[in-house]
Amino acid sequence: MSLKARGRALFIQLLMGLMSILSLYPLYFILVTSLKSQREYVYNLWAPPMHPTLANFVEVFLGSKMPKWFVNSLIITVVTVGVSTIVAAMGAYAIARGRFWGHRAVFNTMVGLLVVPPVILVVPMFILMVRVGLINTFSGVIFFYAGLLIPFSVYLLVNFFRTLPEEVFDAALIDGCSPLVMLWRIVMPLAAPALITLIVVNAVWVWNELFIALVFLQKEELRTLMAGLALFQGRYSTNQPLIMAGSLVGLLPALLLYLFGQRYFIRGLTAGSFR
Amino acid sequence: MPVKQPISPGRRRFRQPLWPYLFALPMVLWLLAVFGYPMVKVVQYSFQVVGGKTVRWVGLANYKFILRDPIFWKSLSNNAFLLLAVPILLALSLLFAILLFERIRGWRFYRAVVFLPYVLAPTAVGLAFGYMYQYNGVLNTLLRHLGVAGADWLGKASLVMPSVMSVIIWQQLGFGVVLFLARLMSVPAELYEAARIDGANWWQEHRHITIPQLRLAIEFFAVVEVITMLSWVFNYVYVMTAGGPGFASHVLEYYIYKNAFAFRAMGVASAVAVMLLAVTMVLVVFYFRLRNASQAAEE
Repeated sequence: MSLKARGRALFIQLLMGLMSILSLYPLYFILVTSLKSQREYVYNLWAPPMHPTLANFVEVFLGSKMPKWFVNSLIITVVTVGVSTIVAAMGAYAIARGRFWGHRAVFNTMVGLLVVPPVILVVPMFILMVRVGLINTFSGVIFFYAGLLIPFSVYLLVNFFRTLPEEVFDAALIDGCSPLVMLWRIVMPLAAPALITLIVVNAVWVWNELFIALVFLQKEELRTLMAGLALFQGRYSTNQPLIMAGSLVGLLPALLLYLFGQRYFIRGLTAGSFR
Repeated sequence: MPVKQPISPGRRRFRQPLWPYLFALPMVLWLLAVFGYPMVKVVQYSFQVVGGKTVRWVGLANYKFILRDPIFWKSLSNNAFLLLAVPILLALSLLFAILLFERIRGWRFYRAVVFLPYVLAPTAVGLAFGYMYQYNGVLNTLLRHLGVAGADWLGKASLVMPSVMSVIIWQQLGFGVVLFLARLMSVPAELYEAARIDGANWWQEHRHITIPQLRLAIEFFAVVEVITMLSWVFNYVYVMTAGGPGFASHVLEYYIYKNAFAFRAMGVASAVAVMLLAVTMVLVVFYFRLRNASQAAEE
């Protein structure tokens, strides 16, 4: 390597190193702060804790409603993603293979809905939920979330189903498969990579959502983890280590999913953008 | 091999199976309930005063109210300010994607690291940045060590929006990098080889190959980020600044939130939502026009 090329490579590595530090520092900050006492945080902002303590986590798990909120978020995430995936898979299959009257219009509408921001829908949905008595219920929030996930899910699955070879379907038809059996036994297993991607991306979205969670679940014991965290801060605003411990707990599921399934995230994002 | 019999149009309609309709039905009903109904109602509410059980038509009063409300204009200008993040994001993600594409040592690691912020909950991240930007926080301590005076990043009206924007850029950058890198990997290698044989330098190579090849991805990313800046920043504002100091960091979503759920002015909130929807629609239609026009020009 020439001297110039070597200098260039070094420069790029330095740039990437800087970028890595900037990307990772906030996570480091959350981690080390959560292990400090409130007193230590005041004089030791930077360094790892000199007197590491798990007191904040004990407080989060035993002294607060966080465990309850964690379970609430888990229930809402699992049910929302499960329901929306099934509805979207059936719809996408009908669009890609059923070619029913108007399937093109339905698909184009779906693409249009991708850009509709949920904040526009919140007020009428809130009034509706109040009137039908679904405010402060998991069902109401799950119904709303699942609907919001459908356009992206259908879009992604239709594009995937269209790449499946025709012969698969012909062979199954000859065997006399009913459409439901065909979808469940043949198409879904073939679509497993796309489905995992979809489930991971959607689950992280539901888990992280704040606006709707704040407004539609206003009872203390019904809060999701993110809404709870955001309100937690108001109450303990001077206890930074405690709130960082809570934040770490809130980050952890998505972080673990990312560490073990990075490719699914990356595939999910790039899948949304091209045909 | 059996030859498929041509089916007469009339017969085909008769034999059109029922199952696709049944399969599509739950999806269509769900979308009508979650998108269709609210999009109609939000327009209706924007002309009404919505009380507990009563509604009263008030014509354009809600719109007149927001157009006279300085907080609305502040919110709108803050969203407009955040749009400045889009070109910054485009430039930075392109740069990092191109550098990673050169397969520098450790590129997979760097890709994983730069994308990581994107999956973290904005609420938790916002809380952490809130502390780091505090007057006695990490950032000012660092600056003091470097001999630079710190600032009240979130407490000063002139600094609060740039501070919020920095967090958004921090979180969104990885999305662009991963998107562009994935697209770069499918650019035919011959294009670059040919350019190198012709003696193109780094800048020319990317100016004349990378950017045209990535145009669709760049446009897509720009549209997604514009929508993000207009209608996906509630999290950061709510957690980091609560719209303050004063109204300095109000954005349209926060304005809708405040009006609808703190002041119970559902009609006013709906009028803002309608305007936001209109702006989004105009941008999207504009984008598709642009795209179709340039595609037509190429053909």
